[in-house]
Amino acid sequence: MTGTDFGPDGTGAGGAAAGLGAGGGVICLAERDGAAIAEASLRALAFAASLAGPAQSVTAVVFPPAGGVGEPEPDDEVFADVLAECGATDVCLVRSAELTAYAPVAWARSIEQLTAADRASAVVAAATDHGSEVLAHLGAMTGLPVAANCVSAQSAGPSSWRLVRQRWAGSVLEDAVLEASLALLTVAADAVGQPAADGAASAVNGAVSAVNGAVLGGNGAASGVNGAESADRGLLSSARAGRRPSVRTVTPVLSEPDLVVRATESAEQSSGMSLATARVVVGGGRGVGGPDGFSALEELADLLGGVVGVSRVVTSQGWRPHRQQVGQTGTKISPELYMACGISGAIQHMAGCLSARHIVAVNTDADAPIIAHAEFAVIGDLNEVVPALIAAIRARAS
Amino acid sequence: MDVLVCVKRVPMVGGKVLVTADGQDVDTRMSGFTVSPHEECAVEEAVQITEREGGSVTVLTLGLPEAAEQLRDMMALGAHRGVLLETDGREWGPDATAAAIVDAAGELGPSPFPLILAGNEAADTGGYQVGVRIAHALGRPCLTGIKRLEIAGATLRGSREYRGAQEVFEVALPAVVTVKEGINLPRYPSLPGRLRAKRAEITVLRPQWKADGLRKEGLRVPAGSARRAQILGHGAAAVPALLDVLNGLGVLPSAVRSGGDAA
Ligand SMILES: Cc1cc2nc3c(=O)[nH]c(=O)nc-3n(C[C@H](O)[C@H](O)[C@H](O)COP(=O)(O)OP(=O)(O)OC[C@H]3O[C@@H](n4cnc5c(N)ncnc54)[C@H](O)[C@@H]3O)c2cc1C
Ligand SMILES: Nc1ncnc2c1ncn2[C@@H]1O[C@H](COP(=O)(O)O)[C@@H](O)[C@H]1O
Repeated sequence: MTGTDFGPDGTGAGGAAAGLGAGGGVICLAERDGAAIAEASLRALAFAASLAGPAQSVTAVVFPPAGGVGEPEPDDEVFADVLAECGATDVCLVRSAELTAYAPVAWARSIEQLTAADRASAVVAAATDHGSEVLAHLGAMTGLPVAANCVSAQSAGPSSWRLVRQRWAGSVLEDAVLEASLALLTVAADAVGQPAADGAASAVNGAVSAVNGAVLGGNGAASGVNGAESADRGLLSSARAGRRPSVRTVTPVLSEPDLVVRATESAEQSSGMSLATARVVVGGGRGVGGPDGFSALEELADLLGGVVGVSRVVTSQGWRPHRQQVGQTGTKISPELYMACGISGAIQHMAGCLSARHIVAVNTDADAPIIAHAEFAVIGDLNEVVPALIAAIRARAS
Repeated sequence: MDVLVCVKRVPMVGGKVLVTADGQDVDTRMSGFTVSPHEECAVEEAVQITEREGGSVTVLTLGLPEAAEQLRDMMALGAHRGVLLETDGREWGPDATAAAIVDAAGELGPSPFPLILAGNEAADTGGYQVGVRIAHALGRPCLTGIKRLEIAGATLRGSREYRGAQEVFEVALPAVVTVKEGINLPRYPSLPGRLRAKRAEITVLRPQWKADGLRKEGLRVPAGSARRAQILGHGAAAVPALLDVLNGLGVLPSAVRSGGDAA
C-alpha cells in the first residue's frame, strides 16, 4: 500500500454552502468508454452539477483504464476539458498499482475515502452496470440507502433530498424523499439531455457529442417520460461550465478484500454490428410465428443496414438467442428506426426502445399497445407485408 | 452444493401500467404475478448446478403470504425447498431485505449456503443492490450481472459483457452471484414437478421491518406522448406508403433512396 493523498488538501472541497449543512460538494463517477469518457457518465456529471450549490465542488472521479499501470494517461488533459464542459470543477484521477482492472469494491472504497476527504454531500453515477455496482457496494459499506435510476433530484434542506426515479424500467415514476448524510444516487440512462430539456442540457449535449463524437438519441417517446422531468432543472450554472477544473491525483488505501473481485480478462468481443448501437432494428415478436419466419426479417434488416431484435416470447421459445432480445431484461436500443413486427408492445419490451427515434409497427391488431407507442403503423399480417416491402425495395433498386 | 436463490413476487404488467388511486402501488387488479426473468434464470442455474453436483436448491422470497405462489412456481422448476419471509405488504428497502435474507440463511440449518444467487435487479425496483448487500453482510465476494457461470471445485468463474468487451471474474466459494436473463433458457415446469410443488411444505419466517432513509411518496405513470400511430394502410397495399416513410427517414439502401417526392 502506497502513501495516500486523501485528506483535506484544500483543492477539492468547495466549502459548505447554505442549504446543504456541513456537506461539501458532489462526487461523480466518470467511466471510460475506450479512449473517451462514457456518454452516460457525462450525463450523470451534468446531473451531479445540477445538485451542487454555486460554491460547491463537483468532482469527477476517473479510474485507470483496464490494463493501465497506474501511470498518467495521455488523455487525462483531454478528459479534464470534457469533464469541465459537463460541470466538473475538480477532476480526481485515481492512481494505484493495484488498480489495473475493474474492481468494483476497490472503486467503491476509493470513492468512500474521497467522500470523507471532500466532506461530500452526494455521490452520483450513471445507472450502468459499473455505476450501479459501485454505488451498491458503497451503499453496503456505509450502510446508507442508494436511490437507483433517478431522473431528478433537489436538495430539500440539510441531508434531505427530493427525488424522482424510474421504477419498472421507466414505465412508472416514483416521487421519493431521501434522508441521508451522504446521498448515493444512480442516474437513469435517459434522464438528462433529452431534446425537451433546457438550454443548459443542450450545452451538455453539445459538449458530449463534440468530444465523444457520439450521436445522441432521444425521441418523442423518451422525452414523454423524461423531458418534463428535466425541463425545469437548471442543469448547469453556465458561469462555471467550461471553467478550467483543478486536476489532482489520489492514491486510495486498499486492502486485500477490496481486490478479491476484479475483472481478470477482458477480450474484445468479435461480434458484428451490435443491437445496442444499430441504426436500424427490425423487430420480430410472437407474431412471426416460429423460428423459420425470421429469415424475411433478417433479409429486410440487411437491406436497411440494420440488425434483427426480438421480444422475450421469441427468446423464451428458443426461436432466437437471448442476445437479440430488446427490453427490460434484454438490450436497450437507440436506433434511428425500430420496425416492430408482430410485437404487442408490452411495457417491458418498450422499456428497451424508449430511445428509438422513430418506431414503425406492423401488426394485425389495430388496438395493440404498440400502436400507441409507434409513429407509423401498417395493420396487417407481417408475413404478407414484410416480403412485399422487400420486393418493393429490390424493385426500386434495379 | 446447497444453493439459496432469492426471488421477488412482482405484478405481471402487460401493455399498460396503472397506479392505484392512492398512488402508492401499481394496480394489480388486471394482472397476474411473476418473478423477474433474471430470477427465474437464477433458479434454473441453481437446479442445473445441483443436477451436476448434487445438493439442494432453496428458493426464498420476502413478501406477502401470496408470494408462496411464486415459491411453488420455482419449486415446479426443480427447487427443493421454499422459504417465505412473510411481510404485511409494506415495501421493504434493499438493506432491510438483505438483512432479513442473511438472518434467514443463518436460521435455515446447520449448513450455510456456499452459493447464494439473486437476480441482477428486481423488475419493480431495478435497485441492483440486494445481492451486493447480502454479500457485504456475510463478508463474501459478489459477482453481478453474470451471463455465464462455471464452477470448478471451490472456484467460481463468472463472466458478463460490458461495453462490447468480455469481463471475467474468478472468486472462491462461498460467494453471492447475481445473474441476468440469457445465462440459460429456463425449462418448462413438468407435470410431476408441478404436483410436487403444490404439495410441498413452505417454511415461514417473520422478519422485522426496518425503515431506511429512502421514503416513497407516491408513484405515477409518466405523461406519455398521447400519440397514436399514423396508420399507413392495411396489408401489402400499405407498402408504397411505408416505402415513402422509410425513404423519408433515410434508411433505404442508397440505390433506392430518392428525393422529396418518391413513389
Ligand atoms: C419482469 C419482466 C421483464 C420482461 N422483460 C422483457 C423484455 O426484456 N423484452 C420483451 O420483449 N418482453 C419482456 N417481458 C415480457 C413482456 O411482458 C411480453 O410478454 C412480451 O414482450 C410479449 O412478446 P410479443 O409482443 O412478441 O408477444 P405477444 O404479446 O403475444 O404479441 C404478439 C403480437 O403479434 C401480433 N400478431 C400476431 N400474428 C401476427 C401476424 N401474422 N402479423 C402481424 N402481427 C401479428 C398480435 O396482434 C400481437 O400484438 C418481460 C416481462 C416481465 C414480467
Ligand atoms: N423481497 C425480496 N425477496 C427475495 N428476494 C429479493 C427481494 N427483493 C429483491 N430480491 C433479490 O434481489 C435481487 C435484486 O433486487 P434489487 O436490489 O431490488 O434490484 C432481485 O432480483 C431478487 O433476486
